[in-house]
Amino acid sequence: MYPKTLDTWWDWGLWLALTVGLSLLLLVVLLVIVAFLLLMDRKVWAAVQMRRGPNVVGPFGLLQSFADLLKFVLKEPLIPAGADKGVFLLAPLVTAILALAAWAVIPVGNGMAMANINVGILYLFAISSLGVYGIIMGGWASNSKYPFLGALRSAAQMVSYEVSIGFVIITVLLCAGSLNLNDIIKAQQVGIGTRVGLPASFLDWYWLPLFPMFVVFFISALAETNRPPFDLVEAESELVAGFMVEYGSTPYLLFMLGEYVAIVTMCAMTSILFLGGWLPPLDIAPLNWIPGPLWFLLKITFVFFMFAMVKAMVPRYRYDQLMRLGWKIFLPLSLVMVVVVAGLLQFGPQVR
Amino acid sequence: MPQSTLLMDYLPIAIFLGVAGVIGMALMVAPFLLAVRNPDSEKVSAYECGFNAFDDARMKFDVRFYLVSILFIIFDLEVAFLFPWAVAFKSVGAFGFWSMMTFLGVLTVGFAYEWRKGALDWD
Repeated sequence: MYPKTLDTWWDWGLWLALTVGLSLLLLVVLLVIVAFLLLMDRKVWAAVQMRRGPNVVGPFGLLQSFADLLKFVLKEPLIPAGADKGVFLLAPLVTAILALAAWAVIPVGNGMAMANINVGILYLFAISSLGVYGIIMGGWASNSKYPFLGALRSAAQMVSYEVSIGFVIITVLLCAGSLNLNDIIKAQQVGIGTRVGLPASFLDWYWLPLFPMFVVFFISALAETNRPPFDLVEAESELVAGFMVEYGSTPYLLFMLGEYVAIVTMCAMTSILFLGGWLPPLDIAPLNWIPGPLWFLLKITFVFFMFAMVKAMVPRYRYDQLMRLGWKIFLPLSLVMVVVVAGLLQFGPQVR
Repeated sequence: MPQSTLLMDYLPIAIFLGVAGVIGMALMVAPFLLAVRNPDSEKVSAYECGFNAFDDARMKFDVRFYLVSILFIIFDLEVAFLFPWAVAFKSVGAFGFWSMMTFLGVLTVGFAYEWRKGALDWD
């Protein structure tokens, strides 16, 4: 994709222009996709409650998210008198940029990542941990009680589920044997299905052999991104809107954007680790003509649909239940699964 | 011009971050330029359910939040330690397997101790 030898300033300039252009393209496409997924979230939620959802702006309300963007940009930005102004404005920026940063390494097609680094999954893990900072900064800088309590809760919740996500990633790494996201996807071309003689298909992906980990990862992803039923951070009945209480206008928009981009990143991680990323579900003639990015997008949409359905159907957890689930159920379970998977790979028949 | 392939792999991330930062900044600055700004003392006071704020918001909070973050550091370090082991799993062989099981065993003892001491309880 890039010129391999960068000997002259001309080559460097070309490379730089190409990289900036591709970054911009990826970000714009990502943000448009997030806008439509946000609409889908609201539509699914409405459909479950037998409402219509947004349906005024554009055909079927398709342009609702863009109208919301305009509205946010034209709202009066307020900074509370007691707030630490610099940190108050930095917090949403940090949240949004860190959420977007994850997409620098995610392969949307075979080898199609901005930076195909060989520690991709470690980078993703690190970036998603940093998401806590934006929330803590926002909650502390507001100098108001609800944001402060919301930020504390959020930080404790996010770090709790971070641990089980880490162990789940370890089990996938044990099977795949690489930290490179592209190689993890490629390792899913052979598996249970090919062992019994089928062509490469969805039966080879890690969701099947690692099914308990798939479930743990999905639920932890909900908690990590503060999605319902784990949205205690912004539990309306007790904390109003959590760390976002004092925010309005585009600082609020950036928080929301960061949250939704983080959700889509988690959907992408689920697709990469367990659903074969950009691989077609059956490696046969009509299906493998469809380009990889499209399959990846379809899988992200599918996982996001599950996120939306959980939001619509499951009642909110209580905070002590949330912590119990994270520390006393998921952590021991994923720890045991690491040992079991490692033991099977070491002593079992040569399963992959 | 000397070039390191390792750094060249990571340079796109920095550029990507820069582009993301420009988009974020543009969104952040937009309402300060476009929207009507007319703050008054009620608008800029801290929200507290209709009361005037009557205390410093940065108050004392439960020590268990500290406890959770300390536990998190322990377990996250452990996960970070497992990453290279998991990648090199096929080449470290039985010795690598049993060393890691010993390490995990020690950690499990610590985890059981925390559990018994009630560090994981939120009542």
